[in-house]
Amino acid sequence: MMLGFSWLAGCKPTAGMKASELPKEWFEINGFLKIAPDGQVTIMSPNPEIGQNVKTSMPMLVAEELDIDWKQVVVEQAPLNTSIFKRQLAGGSQSIRASWQSLRMAGATARQMLREAAAQAWQVPLSEVTAKQGVLQHVASGKKASYGEMASAAAKLEVPKEVQLKNSQDFTIIGTSKKNVDGPKIVTGKPLYGLDIYKEGMLIAMIVHPPAFGMKFKSMDATSAKQMPGIVDVFTFKTYEEGYSKSAFDNTAFNELVVVVGKSTWEVMNAKKAVRVEWEPISDSTEEMDLFGRKMTVRTPAGLESSETHQAKMAEMGSMPGKVVRRDGNPEEVFANAARILERNYSAPFLAHNTMEPMNFFANVTADKAELVGPIQTPEFLEKSAAARLGLPLEKVDIQMTRMGGGFGRRLYGHFLVEAAVISQRMKAPVKLVYTREDDMTFGTYRPSYYATYRAALDANNRLIGFHVRAGGVPESPLAANRFPAGAIDHYLAEEWTIESNITVGAFRAPRSNFIAAAEQSFLDELAEAMGKDPITLRLELLERAKKNPVGENNDYDAARYAGVLELVREKSGWDKGIVPQGRGVAAYFCHNSYVANVVDLEVKEGQPIVHKVYCAVDCGIVVNPDAAINLSEGGLVDGIGHALYSSLTFKDGVPQQRNFDQYRLIRHGEAPRSIEVHFVKNDTDPTGLGEPPFPPVFGAVANALYKATGKRYYHQPFFPAIG
Amino acid sequence: MAIFKLNVNGKSREVDVDPSTPLLWVLRDHLQLVGTKYGCGIAQCGACTVHLDGYAARSCQTPVSSVGKQAVTTIEGLSEEGDHPVQQAWLEHDVPQCGYCQAGQIMSAVALLKAIPNPSDEQIESIMSGNICRCGTYTRIKAAIKSAAEKSK
Ligand code: FES
Ligand code: FES
Repeated sequence: MMLGFSWLAGCKPTAGMKASELPKEWFEINGFLKIAPDGQVTIMSPNPEIGQNVKTSMPMLVAEELDIDWKQVVVEQAPLNTSIFKRQLAGGSQSIRASWQSLRMAGATARQMLREAAAQAWQVPLSEVTAKQGVLQHVASGKKASYGEMASAAAKLEVPKEVQLKNSQDFTIIGTSKKNVDGPKIVTGKPLYGLDIYKEGMLIAMIVHPPAFGMKFKSMDATSAKQMPGIVDVFTFKTYEEGYSKSAFDNTAFNELVVVVGKSTWEVMNAKKAVRVEWEPISDSTEEMDLFGRKMTVRTPAGLESSETHQAKMAEMGSMPGKVVRRDGNPEEVFANAARILERNYSAPFLAHNTMEPMNFFANVTADKAELVGPIQTPEFLEKSAAARLGLPLEKVDIQMTRMGGGFGRRLYGHFLVEAAVISQRMKAPVKLVYTREDDMTFGTYRPSYYATYRAALDANNRLIGFHVRAGGVPESPLAANRFPAGAIDHYLAEEWTIESNITVGAFRAPRSNFIAAAEQSFLDELAEAMGKDPITLRLELLERAKKNPVGENNDYDAARYAGVLELVREKSGWDKGIVPQGRGVAAYFCHNSYVANVVDLEVKEGQPIVHKVYCAVDCGIVVNPDAAINLSEGGLVDGIGHALYSSLTFKDGVPQQRNFDQYRLIRHGEAPRSIEVHFVKNDTDPTGLGEPPFPPVFGAVANALYKATGKRYYHQPFFPAIG
Repeated sequence: MAIFKLNVNGKSREVDVDPSTPLLWVLRDHLQLVGTKYGCGIAQCGACTVHLDGYAARSCQTPVSSVGKQAVTTIEGLSEEGDHPVQQAWLEHDVPQCGYCQAGQIMSAVALLKAIPNPSDEQIESIMSGNICRCGTYTRIKAAIKSAAEKSK
């Protein structure tokens, strides 16, 4: 039995403590660890795990400051508890960055309390008690004890008002590779995911949603479906009630759904096909939403949209003036007097996230409480939605997070959690809601479709004198007007536009950057060629200008760190040493607080690209778990190459044209790079995000390498769309 | 509904299900063996890969009525202690990211190594191409398969 002390109870702010002397975060993170008498330490991992390794790397921060042998650490997924944990969210590559201080404080505070307990027990001064690798020691008297022996005494002590954090050169855990704590469970097939939940008396629920965006439920005949074996009920319900002020994460295209509930998955899948539903067109509508504290009216237009129309409309919008977001100098005049103008258009399709584990959630809602378990990136937001929908107070809604079979942004939007809760409440039974792959791929919340026009003005000496980007999309713009090369060019203009749509979209790994980086970095490549310069040299020259004498004030990147990754990738890829047999392309980008440069070597053989090698240089500050960071970077690169080359979701009359992996092309083994090298810039800067940053630039590096391999520029994604 | 006697991971199991029920859902819904995953249901992603008499099969497209006396092996039955050389190689290379596809990847890799003990890169790429990893762990999977092959020499 584990007789640990729990910080959940031990360390809440109480009236007697002088909270003002402590950092605010400190009080909220105290549920982080418990120590057993045998010295085992359980560290709670607060954030949702979607494959980005936080369940291993976040507890490493706690263990570092606790100063313990990592072998003695057991990691547990914490439940949603915002009175202790902060920002229990997986998104924006921010988990490590946002918790860098607070997680280490949690460990350091515990270490300090253990030292105090030892000092009291041994009647020696605190300053003479050391704590290292799980052992407390008083050298002068020869006294020694394990953390476990002092744990119960430490738990009774008052929380220290100040603690010292280690200097980075004293780290023994941070910066060393630790294996995925769930690895042994994953390779033996233990239940870890939402879809793996099976409970006594649990029913399976599956939805039937409109076949097209722009349609809604009209009527249904479920007579025969209800009579099928194993079927318990078929009914319709509304996920959110009319007038509910949704948050950004309540996004759903299809609010009224048909649900089939039964005893087993296969029976429900079959009955789904037997439900006869009539759908009808939606009309134009508006609704009030609460977007991070801002009340906004969001409009949804009626109509059945098609990709062809989207393409034509985007090209038209791209040819007209947009909303000016940034203007430096006098770009109009410079372009009017230019000796030469280079202008290119770029586009990308809608994408479905396609997490390998489709959307699902378990719910057991009784008269006075709700137990909700499953894969969700935003539990804190969805707890509010579920409570409001179920008519339960917030504290009666308990959300537990399972390991997720992928996130990529899709599980920020938790309508499926609310759906499961509503179904369970109605059935008065535990229910697991399961989306089929087809449901998952056709339900919406996609990466938007984008379009960008880049223009450069050159003078008679082929010098760059003006730069112009005009970008937009269905339904949002990908523009980040203050990113490079803004700040490096005297005359700069950035404009944007949007086209409204009833197709729902959401954040997709490095939202917006995942398109604009490709367009911008491809354009810079072509520009360098037009100027007769090496593509890395041109970028470095522009960055040098931005560093020494930046244009404008809102440039949101650090030119020196940006140049640093380009220099590192230049060195590691042997860029200057000359020719590789295949096509070679470079790209670099800054997003989510980190800098990444990629070099891709590929060839095109019998009409198909073969990616030989990718070099990746990353500056994300201190690297917490190096091998896992390499793995995550490799994943981002493979993901980016796959989406650049192959993936696309298209529409005809509102109907998604790809419903499963026989039609929607994802990158496969044989198409992945033959080898990948990831290098990190070594520095002492606090760590920043890694889940997203390696992804956006690789699209551009692929396009530029394809040009070198084929002599043809690739402007429109995906570059190799056919199912091969 | 009909009764089927199955040999799963060396044990004899009995289920009463519709004959068309895919082995995948028999394993997951009826036998509490959830290591075998659902990804597509149409034999496109490989998440549901099991062994039938040692050969890799997509359990989502294997009706329970077609299994007969074939020995079914799932990820749970691959080794007693989770220490099959391929499982060990997976841990050594710390392959998984989200991990969801990995049971299927491992089952495909074990079958591959049984057929070709010392596979070339091209053989790995082509035989493993039926298993999608959305997180992009392909290079590590290849490295792990090569390690496992090396160790079994
Ligand atoms: S679930 Fe069987 S191959 Fe995808
Ligand atoms: S590890 Fe996530 S799908 Fe393969």
